[in-house]
Amino acid sequence: MSNKEDSAPEESVSMDDLDPDFKHMVAKEPGGENIKKCFACGTCAAICPVLSVNDSYNPRRIIRMVLLGMKEEVLSSEFIWLCSGCYSCYERCPRDVKITSLMGAIRNIAVREGHLPKAMGAAVDLLKKFGRILEVSEFENTVRAKKGIPELEFEISEIKKVLNKAGIHEATKEDGNDE
Amino acid sequence: MSEHRFALFLGCTVSVRGFNYELSTRKVFSKLGIEIVDIPGFSCCGFPIDSVHHHSAMAVAVRNLALAEAEGVDILTLCSACTGHLTKAAKYYADGNHKEELKKVNEELADMGYEYKGNVKVKHFSRFLFEGIGLDKVKEAVTEPLTGLKVAPHYGCHYIKPSELFDGFDSPYFPESLDKLIEITGAESISYKDKLQCCGGGILAVSENTSMDMVKQKLDHLKEVEADALIVICPFCDIMYDEYQPTIGAKADVKYDIPVLYYTQLLGLAMGFHPRKDLAVNKNQVKVRPLLKKLESIRGGGE
Repeated sequence: MSNKEDSAPEESVSMDDLDPDFKHMVAKEPGGENIKKCFACGTCAAICPVLSVNDSYNPRRIIRMVLLGMKEEVLSSEFIWLCSGCYSCYERCPRDVKITSLMGAIRNIAVREGHLPKAMGAAVDLLKKFGRILEVSEFENTVRAKKGIPELEFEISEIKKVLNKAGIHEATKEDGNDE
Repeated sequence: MSEHRFALFLGCTVSVRGFNYELSTRKVFSKLGIEIVDIPGFSCCGFPIDSVHHHSAMAVAVRNLALAEAEGVDILTLCSACTGHLTKAAKYYADGNHKEELKKVNEELADMGYEYKGNVKVKHFSRFLFEGIGLDKVKEAVTEPLTGLKVAPHYGCHYIKPSELFDGFDSPYFPESLDKLIEITGAESISYKDKLQCCGGGILAVSENTSMDMVKQKLDHLKEVEADALIVICPFCDIMYDEYQPTIGAKADVKYDIPVLYYTQLLGLAMGFHPRKDLAVNKNQVKVRPLLKKLESIRGGGE
């Protein structure tokens, strides 16, 4: 008990704030199908390289929060964006919860519910503008030309059209104009 | 026509920040008889937006696959994230269980003149050297073995995981393909703590501090075993360990000075290519010269 102050503050969860349908919503999302199989063994938390340096990301905890129905806390959190996508837990999970894909499913729902992190929004914008998330400049093509390597297109403008056709605006809530 | 003819998929990071990777790849490919088809319309693979809108990320991937299919070639990748995402899309639609979704994507892409039929295979180039060209054949091209160098392999994540995507070509727990590819260059592939640790690149934009702490763990482990270099096969892993190394070292007041080389640069050195002109080692952030000096002194002073 002496180190109580060092550990996470105790939280109480009110049943009134829980959404029992949240777990079903996640299970319907591509990647989230196996969430209800979790028996909380903690293998994911034990092997997670992110948790080893930052304990605000804890996959076992996130899964419990979803199963309890803590919809708002999960979807509005920063921690769901901290999974580095390494698939270590995915490989080791004895219940095949496919946690890396599950985090993707939760993030997709979070975006639709209005929680798009700035960095992710920026990636979408860059992709629409250049067809890549980094901008190719004259410099790259000068270097390439010197070595006899084919130059790169500055913009793959078709990508904006692809994203709009695929309905990315339904997630990001921007208009779906190609212009 | 070459027996080995592939579209080389650069993706975003190699296009803009991995010229040393691309150039050295083109050099070693030419020596191994791998013909590259350049497809100018290739875009981002789609992976960076998978977390935002999965269906859009798949549509971007399928467009790339359709471009390769139209050229009648399979794809070799350099970036492990591109490898994972494109392989996922290719497998997804090749297995026949996702016909409805493929139909939907094709309908969306039809206006732009695309129809993907599901015939393209995607492989990371390192996997292709390992199982397609074969270790013996790659070794035949080694003319100046790097005997005496002790280098550490970094497998990264999406090259081998999730293993269900990669046909069992290597183990997700005890991988060996990169170790073996290193050893045929004559260098020693050394073991170190948490060898399979993730570079943290996936969350760089979201939490720089967290990813820097992840990078530091690996740099510390490499320092413990006195690695001459870290060998990477993904441009984002490279950014994390090479470009951020001086910053992390300065902040922690530790001198790491661990050169980070792409495997193609290491293999290129063993093939006798010129370090700067052919392998662009001058584009590596951490100086490679000490490594080349060590090699020279092992070989007896510039034979």
